[in-house]
Amino acid sequence: MATNASANVIRTGGGARFVIYTLLALFCIYYLLPLYVMVVNSLKPLSEIQAGGMMSLPHEWTLAPWRSAWSTAQIGVAATGLKPYFLNSILMVVPAVAISTVLGALNGYVLTKWRFTGDTVVFGLLLFGCFIPFQMVLIPMARMLGLMGLAGTVPGLIFVHLVYGIGFSTLYFRNYYQQFPTELVRAAMIDGAGFFTIFRRIMLPSSGPIAVVCIIWQFTNIWNDFLFGASFSDYDSQPMTVALNNLVQSSTGVKEYNVHFAGAIMAALPTLIVYIVAGRYFVRGLMAGSVKG
Amino acid sequence: MSMTATRRSGNDWLRDALPKIVLSPSLAIVLVFVYGFILFTFYLSFTDSRILPSYGLVGWQNYSRLFSVRAWGIAIDNLLIFGSLYIVICCVLGLALAILLDQKIRAEGFIRTIYLYPMALSFIVTGTAWKWFLDPGIGLQAVVRSWGWESFTFEWIKDSHMAIYTIVIAAVWQTSGFVMAMFLAGLRGIDNEVLKAAQIDGASNWSLYRRIVIPQLRPAFMSAFVVLAHMAIKSYDLVIALTGGGPGTATELPATFMYSYTFTRNQMGIGAASATIMLMSIAAIMVPYIWSELREKK
Repeated sequence: MATNASANVIRTGGGARFVIYTLLALFCIYYLLPLYVMVVNSLKPLSEIQAGGMMSLPHEWTLAPWRSAWSTAQIGVAATGLKPYFLNSILMVVPAVAISTVLGALNGYVLTKWRFTGDTVVFGLLLFGCFIPFQMVLIPMARMLGLMGLAGTVPGLIFVHLVYGIGFSTLYFRNYYQQFPTELVRAAMIDGAGFFTIFRRIMLPSSGPIAVVCIIWQFTNIWNDFLFGASFSDYDSQPMTVALNNLVQSSTGVKEYNVHFAGAIMAALPTLIVYIVAGRYFVRGLMAGSVKG
Repeated sequence: MSMTATRRSGNDWLRDALPKIVLSPSLAIVLVFVYGFILFTFYLSFTDSRILPSYGLVGWQNYSRLFSVRAWGIAIDNLLIFGSLYIVICCVLGLALAILLDQKIRAEGFIRTIYLYPMALSFIVTGTAWKWFLDPGIGLQAVVRSWGWESFTFEWIKDSHMAIYTIVIAAVWQTSGFVMAMFLAGLRGIDNEVLKAAQIDGASNWSLYRRIVIPQLRPAFMSAFVVLAHMAIKSYDLVIALTGGGPGTATELPATFMYSYTFTRNQMGIGAASATIMLMSIAAIMVPYIWSELREKK
């Protein structure tokens, strides 16, 4: 994206540029507003929010809502705060991302460098699996997890995310490896290198960028998932999103908005950090997941 | 092409079969857990399943009951309202922002980062933030009133006629930056020469965009439409976090309907029928799209 194609041709005058910058700035405010609301209100006492001060900076700064959201807030039946659920999410995300990325890399490698009749059909089947409404698999999956003895456990959730993550990770690696020169692979075959040797020595060393894209995509999706978490977890295996929703929707007692906002930021922080640190790869993953099939 | 190379490297059976062996677990998983499960749910939609799956066939009864249930009618109406507004507003806003950002803007990367970060958030987080911001008691309405405009009223989220529009507001906030990025990528791919020629012919900026730039963005529009339509049909988390489907059933969508009928109202047969309808509508959008993408690649 080195050149602004149309802007090289289309010129805008000083007045127009002022309008453009103003509009862009207004939209910055629009997109940042909810984040501002969350941050500011997580740092003030509840009384200030109740008095109609949602938009103002705290008069009295406090970290109490954060402490409460993390370790003492009532989530469902237990006053444990979000901490155990944050850990659940991490325990769920790490293996699910790792395994689905490795499988995706191997699948992409086979589908591009060891092609066989019907490989496009196989890829099409994997690809369509990415886009189905998961409502269609909830009922049988609940039974299957029961049969496997994984119902209501973190390993059960790992399994579910793994199963429905393979499609996208295969998509990324397949599209990436398609650009990779097949001649190199063929030359290595002639030299007698086997399937896994070629993968390890030739494909993997150049897979860095797409691996980052894939890991970020899977991490964001699995961390942010709510439907599977709500369907297949028990009180002690809920992921962060489900626990946050329970915290916010709980109908008993005073609504502690400041604690809710602190909890929401905690749930957002991991993916937000990834986005800020590696935004380029995040966008690339989004685009590859949508623009190209 | 690599087939010939495989053959050259030996007749070893394992060697030929190895790639397929490596691929087969994934294929097996997808065949069972995607396609097998789809068939299972499809089958259930013709059975008398209530709290648990049951295999007594009842024909199309679940479908006819589904379409006579008021909540499903509301869910479909809501999906049409929400889906069309969501797609149209995201596209208009996304295109406008992309065009503005394409004018050699200083700090473009920074602005893009701000426009796109909501996409990294969970819909539960988005829902929580907007739920309280739109809450008349503490949010926007209370704030504006505390600033001195005592009669200011904004109670959409509590109003069963307007609540569905609050879902549009939050969903557009979350996704429009992404649509902007898709259009921006499209804009950057447009050929300069055509534009220059048209400009020499005296075309104004407005007509340059209307006649040349926007028509060339057709693929970006296609992608945006497919992504947004499929997200709209699957929308679940945002509704749960923002309104919980309420007030009453005012913001029910097919996804929330399916969940509550299957798991809390113990009408699994009807739930399965509603899931089938959801799958059909997504397939109607995705299958032609994937088909054309894969054909182009060959």
